[in-house]
Amino acid sequence: MNYSYTIWIPLVPLLVFLFTGLAGSRFKPMISGLIGTTGLLVSFLLSLVTAWKFFFVSGLSGGAYSTIIAARTTWLQLTDYLKIDLGVMLDPISVMMLVVITTVSLMVHIYSLGYMKGERGFERFYSFLSLFTFSMLGLVVATNIFQMYIFWELVGVSSYLLIGFYYERPSAVAASKKAFIVTRFADLGFLIGILLLSFYTKTFDFAELTNPQSPVFTTITSTSFMGLSVITWAMLLIFMGGAGKSAMFPLHIWLPDAMEGPTPVSALIHAATMVVAGVYLVARMFPVYIAYTPGALTVIAWVGGFTSLFAAAIACTQFDIKRVLAYSTLSQIGYMMLALGVSGYEGEHGLGYMASMFHLFTHAMFKALLFLGAGSVIHAVHSNFMNEMGGLRKYLPVTHLTFLVACLAISGIPPFAGFFSKDEILVAAWQHNRLLFSMEYLVAGLTAFYMFRLYFGIFWNKTPHYHHTPHESPLTMTLPLVFLALGSAFTGFIPFGSFISADHRPFEPEMHLNIAIPSVLIALAGIFIAFILYRKENPVVARFINILGSFHKVVYNKFYIDEVYLFVTKRILFNLVSRPVAWFDRHIVDGTMNGIARVISFTSEKIKGLQSGQLQHYALAFVSGAIILVLIVLYNLS
Amino acid sequence: MSILWFFILIPVLTITGILFTKDGRSARVVAASGMLVQLILSVVLLFMYYAQRHAGNTAEMLFLSDYSWFPSLNIRFTTGVDGIAVSMILLTSTVVFAGIFASWEMENLAREFFISLITLATGVFGFFISIDLFTMFLFYELAVIPMYLLIGIWGSGPKEYSAMKLTLMLMGGSALLLVGLLGIYFNSTLENGQHTFNLLQIAELQLPVGVQRYFFPFTFVGFGVLGALFPLHTWSPDGHASAPTAVSMLHAGVLMKLGGYGCFRVAMYLMPTAANEMAWIFIILTTVSVVYGAFGAIWQKDLKYINAYSSVSHCGLVIFALLMMNKTSMNGAVIQMISHGLMTALFFALIGMIYGRTHTRMINEMGGLMKVIPFLSVAYVIAGLASLGLPGLSGFVAEMTVFAGAFQHPDTFHRIATIVVTTSIVVTAVYILRVVGVLLLGPLKNDHFEHLRDARWYERLSAGTLLVAIAGIGIAPLWLSNLIGGSLGPYVTRLAGAITGLNF
Amino acid sequence: MIYGIPITHFLIVSTLMFFIGIYGFLTRRNLITMLMSIELILNSVNINFVVFNRYLYPDQLQGHFFALFIIAIAAAEASVAIALIINIYRRYTSIEVDNVNELKH
Repeated sequence: MNYSYTIWIPLVPLLVFLFTGLAGSRFKPMISGLIGTTGLLVSFLLSLVTAWKFFFVSGLSGGAYSTIIAARTTWLQLTDYLKIDLGVMLDPISVMMLVVITTVSLMVHIYSLGYMKGERGFERFYSFLSLFTFSMLGLVVATNIFQMYIFWELVGVSSYLLIGFYYERPSAVAASKKAFIVTRFADLGFLIGILLLSFYTKTFDFAELTNPQSPVFTTITSTSFMGLSVITWAMLLIFMGGAGKSAMFPLHIWLPDAMEGPTPVSALIHAATMVVAGVYLVARMFPVYIAYTPGALTVIAWVGGFTSLFAAAIACTQFDIKRVLAYSTLSQIGYMMLALGVSGYEGEHGLGYMASMFHLFTHAMFKALLFLGAGSVIHAVHSNFMNEMGGLRKYLPVTHLTFLVACLAISGIPPFAGFFSKDEILVAAWQHNRLLFSMEYLVAGLTAFYMFRLYFGIFWNKTPHYHHTPHESPLTMTLPLVFLALGSAFTGFIPFGSFISADHRPFEPEMHLNIAIPSVLIALAGIFIAFILYRKENPVVARFINILGSFHKVVYNKFYIDEVYLFVTKRILFNLVSRPVAWFDRHIVDGTMNGIARVISFTSEKIKGLQSGQLQHYALAFVSGAIILVLIVLYNLS
Repeated sequence: MSILWFFILIPVLTITGILFTKDGRSARVVAASGMLVQLILSVVLLFMYYAQRHAGNTAEMLFLSDYSWFPSLNIRFTTGVDGIAVSMILLTSTVVFAGIFASWEMENLAREFFISLITLATGVFGFFISIDLFTMFLFYELAVIPMYLLIGIWGSGPKEYSAMKLTLMLMGGSALLLVGLLGIYFNSTLENGQHTFNLLQIAELQLPVGVQRYFFPFTFVGFGVLGALFPLHTWSPDGHASAPTAVSMLHAGVLMKLGGYGCFRVAMYLMPTAANEMAWIFIILTTVSVVYGAFGAIWQKDLKYINAYSSVSHCGLVIFALLMMNKTSMNGAVIQMISHGLMTALFFALIGMIYGRTHTRMINEMGGLMKVIPFLSVAYVIAGLASLGLPGLSGFVAEMTVFAGAFQHPDTFHRIATIVVTTSIVVTAVYILRVVGVLLLGPLKNDHFEHLRDARWYERLSAGTLLVAIAGIGIAPLWLSNLIGGSLGPYVTRLAGAITGLNF
Repeated sequence: MIYGIPITHFLIVSTLMFFIGIYGFLTRRNLITMLMSIELILNSVNINFVVFNRYLYPDQLQGHFFALFIIAIAAAEASVAIALIINIYRRYTSIEVDNVNELKH
């Protein structure tokens, strides 16, 4: 089976990027948009063909899906054995990611034709979108961990460029900078992790790294550092990279601010694709985690579980609808991380792994839909704030219905997609750790509550006075909404276990009604509370907030984590490190140099006096010298 | 007559040509054409070098030629290049070419300016092709001296102070260097009883360990001053801030590389035992300088100071990587020299162009320039991204090679140093993004800037040349890495063979 | 032995002359006086040459010749010096050595 055409899946967006980036401003902006969308359509179709060929034509060999290297070329030879390849690797998760990325990206491309119309820098927007899509596709098909790192950095920078798209807005500039630096900090961990891992294993290649029987792990497991084996250090550091990109606590602070970018960007990058790169990374390295450092997996599970609860709590208090969605994204990615953390490897034990990938897939659909729907709302009322909205169901019927579908999906109401994936995560958690499991039950309730708080707040509640009547978005925007709504409604029926599993062997997960039914009931309870509180304007809400008092304030201010970071960076790093360094350099180091110069010039000033210019002084010196010499000679002779 | 002689001949002819021109306009045309020929010649040299290597020539140095010009002391004009020198020559001719166009609008004493600039370039080319230590030193001085005039006459701000400081500090380095070189010379006696300055011959003679211990610090620190070795780097911020655009470009882009290049081609190659023994001191110094330079850059407000501190950080990485003494890290060091040369030249070119329009270099007096001068701004962003190590641009290749190489030392001392050095990539991101955010993005701060003109053709040519080179290395680094790596064999063998018990 | 005068007498005279010359050269500011002091020094040397020649090597003449040479050179030197002094006087209307310090700065 020949897959070499798959290199065009990432390359087409790259070519589009180069073309629109270099020559885009010479044409009408819409030309760039259309070229970008067409290019992505090609990638999308190629991805679908690849998925079909991979799962159905090549299919299983020996009971497992094989890993295919479709293309590979050496990019840089580091040492005799370490080399960085660029290539395309196809295995179940990378093929699935190809489909997810190209689908969501295509939807966003089409949507943006309407949403971004008439914006300054339209062609720039499309060229950045293509750059991002290229990087993301390159990331998922990476054949080795260093290629992944390369594209990891590239998605980081395209995210930076897109968050800062409205570069004249200081808040957007600050947000983009924050996003880049926080993820860069995490990437430092990733890099050191890679260096550690590759030093001992002598390879970057996934083919060897993800094979638990591979002999490359012999030295790294036996070496230890500060009480932990080096492989645990390496894998924890690699997870740090993943946690940064996936905005896990405590590296999550950049994601809510990243909502400064245009809404389609939030849908593509900060909901569906880039932020799940961390999950993908952990899934990619999963065989190593499970075989050599189960302790690291426990850390991952707890970080994921905590983030999901923490973010869900914050989401209940926010008023900016994009921020609510951002915290909801954090919470859902926490779910995915948790699922990976509690997973086993073989067969049924690998349920968590499969569930995580499944949730990644369904989440991409409904979260992209939520963001695009929110974009449509913002487009109509020109505001991000819930309290300036209400009663919009009359004006935006398509948006309303699709948004409702997405809300039901994320809340885990059957038969929508979220129900199936979330249920499997809960089952996996149940089998592993009851405390985490009960936390996730709570999160399920909170999720349903804040999503419907949002839904009722936007589409029901009191209708405020609008400056001009809101109107439904154009077809280019509603079409993707409908498509994604269909995805959110039906993708849950995909038998994911037959395609994706930790050991690449298909299995049939069971339905656990004893877990599914309570979770649905909890979600319904959450929806019901939201219905009571937010369907109409209700004074209870304000009173309730009053009762909670300072607790609500702390949550509303996101537990003051941003302030802590600001304190550390601004006060400590800038004022206590950077400023003294600058001062030290100017005054101590340079001062020493200037001091040397000053001493020399001072000395010369003094010595200069000896050269009086008086002839007779010189003569006196000469004569005295001569006399002294004579005396010395005489003394020596005698 | 070797092809290498043309690298001296063409600049000399260009200078002669400029002497015959009547005004600055024709002088710049002559200068540009001369340097274009030089650039083409460098590419020709690259291919000739490849042809020789493919033909199976495994000599350490190719295109050897020898001419005795001071027989009584056995000082010879010996030339020859390996892959490292070829890549440095390519870098030099690219930067000089871009530099000529960056100073296209030079009004004050243009002819004299170009003559000094090309004299400086001659020195650099001569340095890279020389094998004879004395000739090397001669060209080194030839490159350093015009700096004084270039900053003192065409500079800005406290130019006399800066020029004096730069020249004196570099001369101080030269003095140490001269002691080191003479020490090497008098301790290397050929069979016929003559002393020799020839690198290859001295290498074969194997200097005695006692001599190495004594003269290694002189030579290494002597070159290190030019390579901005902490704490002897302070000429760099002042010098760069006062220097005119093209001079900053050449100085940071090329001249600082003479330091790193000399450190390993002379100091470490000829005195491997001492290098191994004393490496730890300099590893500590360079580790400090990498992080320190980066932190220092965060607090600066003048664009040129920011870039100068960034250079301290990046050049520190070069020497750090050299001291790690394995093939990968040394390869990374040379790539880092080239990458930093191109990047920083681009930075200084752009800073010069922006300054020419806004008449200020203080970042807090500017803002929102992206809207009015998009070409320069985008180029600045790309240079910034290269500097913070974005894949696809040259900085990433260099840094990753250095880190991967440095990580090959499994002991704690080297590990910790390496990890400390890697943190610089985050700090670099902080100061680069800060500048980009304040300078280019956000609302336009000053109404006077609204009618600024975007880059003219010669500015586009200057920045474009460097951008293409940066992206070229970043996208396809393998050829460069192989070109350099192929010549590193003798260095690695010598250094590895000279490890003594005193090592960490 | 010239009429019983021992060599030391001559040497004492020449030493006195020499140091009087040195003293004059160091203390006088007037160029003419300084020139005269130099003449004294030269002549003290002349005396030494002649005396040593006469007392130590009476059958040889090198010392006398040296004295004659020095007299000739002193004459030449004096004429050059006086020419300089006249020029200096024309320029500064003074022959005080302290006033001639233009090159100092």
